[in-house]
Amino acid sequence: MNIYVLVKRTFDTEEKLVVSGGQIQEDGAEFIINPYDEYAIEEAITVRDAHGGEVTVVTIGDEEAEKQLRTALAMGADKAVLINTEDDVEEMDQFTAAYILAEYLKDKEADLILAGNVAIDGGSGQVGPRVADLLDINYVTTITSLEIEGETVKIVRDIEGDAEELETSLPLLVTAQQGLNEPRYPSLPGIMKAKKKPLEELELDDLDIEEDDVEAKTETIEVYLPPKKQAGRILEGEIPSQVSELVSLLRSEAKVI
Amino acid sequence: MSKKVLVLGETREGALRNVSFEAIAAAKKISGDGEVVAVLLGEAVSEFGNELVAYGADRVITVEHPHLKSYTSDGYGQAFMAVVDQEQPEAIVFGHTAVGKDLSPKIASKLQTGLISDVTDIEGEGADAVFIRPIYSGKAFEKVKLKEDGVVFITVRPNNIAPLEREERSGDVSSLSVDITNLRTIIKNVVRKSAEGVDLSEAKVIIAGGRGVKSKEGFEPLQELADLLGGAVGASRGACDADYCDYSLQIGQTGKVVTPDLYIAAGISGAIQHMAGMSNSKVIVAINKDPEANIFKVADYGIVGDLFDVIPLLTEEFKKVM
Repeated sequence: MNIYVLVKRTFDTEEKLVVSGGQIQEDGAEFIINPYDEYAIEEAITVRDAHGGEVTVVTIGDEEAEKQLRTALAMGADKAVLINTEDDVEEMDQFTAAYILAEYLKDKEADLILAGNVAIDGGSGQVGPRVADLLDINYVTTITSLEIEGETVKIVRDIEGDAEELETSLPLLVTAQQGLNEPRYPSLPGIMKAKKKPLEELELDDLDIEEDDVEAKTETIEVYLPPKKQAGRILEGEIPSQVSELVSLLRSEAKVI
Repeated sequence: MSKKVLVLGETREGALRNVSFEAIAAAKKISGDGEVVAVLLGEAVSEFGNELVAYGADRVITVEHPHLKSYTSDGYGQAFMAVVDQEQPEAIVFGHTAVGKDLSPKIASKLQTGLISDVTDIEGEGADAVFIRPIYSGKAFEKVKLKEDGVVFITVRPNNIAPLEREERSGDVSSLSVDITNLRTIIKNVVRKSAEGVDLSEAKVIIAGGRGVKSKEGFEPLQELADLLGGAVGASRGACDADYCDYSLQIGQTGKVVTPDLYIAAGISGAIQHMAGMSNSKVIVAINKDPEANIFKVADYGIVGDLFDVIPLLTEEFKKVM
């Protein structure tokens, strides 16, 4: 099976954000593989081990993204591809990312493409379904279970807490929800092997893409931090009187009940 | 500058979801003097058309077909694109729900347009409208607009954009006949895990329990308080991992993001990932035995105490005053 995983490099969740000049500052920040993409990588490796084939992880970014690709290779992916847009693309949005990924994938005859259902930085969850539409293949989002039985693919997906069971077939793109699996930590032998696995670097030219073709459709005018919350009040006194005070405050001051 | 805006309405358990009315309100802001056309897709949905008009839709188009009984991206995609072909909208608004999140990128891709997802506020109107959305799990916000003259396409986060006042309005509810074929996904079954009643993402009041709840039964006092206040029960990841409750209750970075008027966090320490799911609640109350717990940093009001003492007392006190 030809298996591809779409991976994004994101800030670590614990990072404090610094905004200056209307933009998030990246210097000194710790980067990781988007946690939802880890579920996708893990599932890809499991499917390959069960059904045979090859797992290729793909990311769009700059040279720094090689670190995340090597981590994916250390987990067990077979090949990695970096589509380096640093010199060609100034502003990228979901339209841009999907266009580039679909152009890369269009001649690969992928059987299964996996991605995380959402990136923890952008939070829009668009790229997976957009890529599937551009490739004209079916897609299923927020999956929590995947089974391939011959021609049939059996999936369970999370819809706002309910579990939906469905069937479909390959070729298919799926996006991973928490609960799909437990991503493995790269082992030391895995890390050593990863150094020798192929990591290919491509640019827009290699994909016959003109910068104009992928121009972002949306524009971020400003990024800002939410106003600092006023310090809250820790109530005092005996518990029963704190409770009375709280109810009174919620009604008269906060006005939420 | 007037735009014709299509709004995708949604139903759940036999009623329109509140986010449908919120989406209509958002569409009104974008439309300027233009027309807001609500769209309903399903097997039998025309009965809900008038309610959408009451909340501000100028007219409603329904597409009914047995193959639309359950949501699939193929089925709803064909139906919605047929409406788009007929109406040629200049803007589209969906709710940022399971259906909205799954369908909107497909439609945006077909229309080769930008899509601004999970909008929590709109500044300005018509052509000047700028859309605000959370990023980095709610730690920051961005203002976004569409670059050129493409279709303005947004999804709105539930519970953030105020719906218009419900009024007796009049508007045409008509149906469009669409052949829905070649569904590549077959829905077999839905296992309802979420509690009946109040939808967590639309709840105005949420009582959430953490590891401090200590057991499945520990959630009972929280449920009692939630029922009294017409709210929903949520949970931290810690409580779900410890099997005190189902993951469908989880609030946080890898769970649900909620924006209620009142969020009561009981026995929740306040890990960053949990805060990402609730930090934009209007009012936050924290109840925790540990005075150093992180949650007190974001709470508007805090009680240092045992939730098993405090929550039942809160229920009693609310009963007295309500």
